[in-house]
Amino acid sequence: MKVKVKLFATFRKGRFKEEVFDYPEGTKVKDVVKQLSLPVKELGIIFINGKHVSLEVELKEGDVLSIFPLVGGG
Amino acid sequence: MRNFNAIDRKEQEELKRSHVLVAGCGGLGGYVISYLARLGVGKITAFDPDEFAEHNLNRQIFADMSTINKSKVEVVKEALSLINPEVEFKGIKARFEEGFEEMWESDIKVVVDALDSIPSRLELAGICREKKVPLVYGMVGGWYGEVGTQFPGDETLENLCRMGIKGQGIEKEEGVLSFVVGGTAALQAAEAVKVILGRGEILHGKVLFFDFLEMESEVLELA
Repeated sequence: MKVKVKLFATFRKGRFKEEVFDYPEGTKVKDVVKQLSLPVKELGIIFINGKHVSLEVELKEGDVLSIFPLVGGG
Repeated sequence: MRNFNAIDRKEQEELKRSHVLVAGCGGLGGYVISYLARLGVGKITAFDPDEFAEHNLNRQIFADMSTINKSKVEVVKEALSLINPEVEFKGIKARFEEGFEEMWESDIKVVVDALDSIPSRLELAGICREKKVPLVYGMVGGWYGEVGTQFPGDETLENLCRMGIKGQGIEKEEGVLSFVVGGTAALQAAEAVKVILGRGEILHGKVLFFDFLEMESEVLELA
């Protein structure tokens, strides 16, 4: 299944802004995070098609997955 | 006050009667307070336990060679007396979580988060929920800023920070750029003023993510 992955802020460094990947059925958000070597402790918010989701959610054909790092300074 | 028609006379009077609480007088807090004072907000209470230090010079508006080692709330008080002497400013040299109960006043219309850690922010969100007061939150790191407004009963900030309850985000490695602080604080001041005046579009249940490097922004639904 094809899924568009969009990365934001520092997660783009050495990776990409957005790319379409072909994942096997049953792939979860956490599998994508692992495959892209995104540091879990830097994870902020994750969206699928504009809806806030957890790492355990399964992806579906045509999903747009957006991953933001945690920003916490003031 | 010379805000002309953007804020009309009645609204200007409303601002003059309003009390805003700002948690933190460092990066975001310094800018937010100066914006609110110039807008004519009548009463501002701010918390900060710290003194200015050399490492604040890169991004904190009231940090300079003459204010290093001085109490942030004292420096802000002095600065406001020059910017707008009509502002009734109360600076409390303490962490917000420690001092709020004693100084809480029922006329506080909105609280602005200018804290620098996620656990403190979540605590602040809890207090605002209990006191039934809207909270304008802001977070910065590197080239990136986030802003939104949480009303009592919302859990936007909790959703936003769920994965980061351990403490800090990318700012730990990236630092924070001066204009990201100023820009994010400007958006927070705008939100606070709109909450007071009941005007315009508020980032309710949403977060505005701003990327100053790519000049991109996203409004994310978090309700």
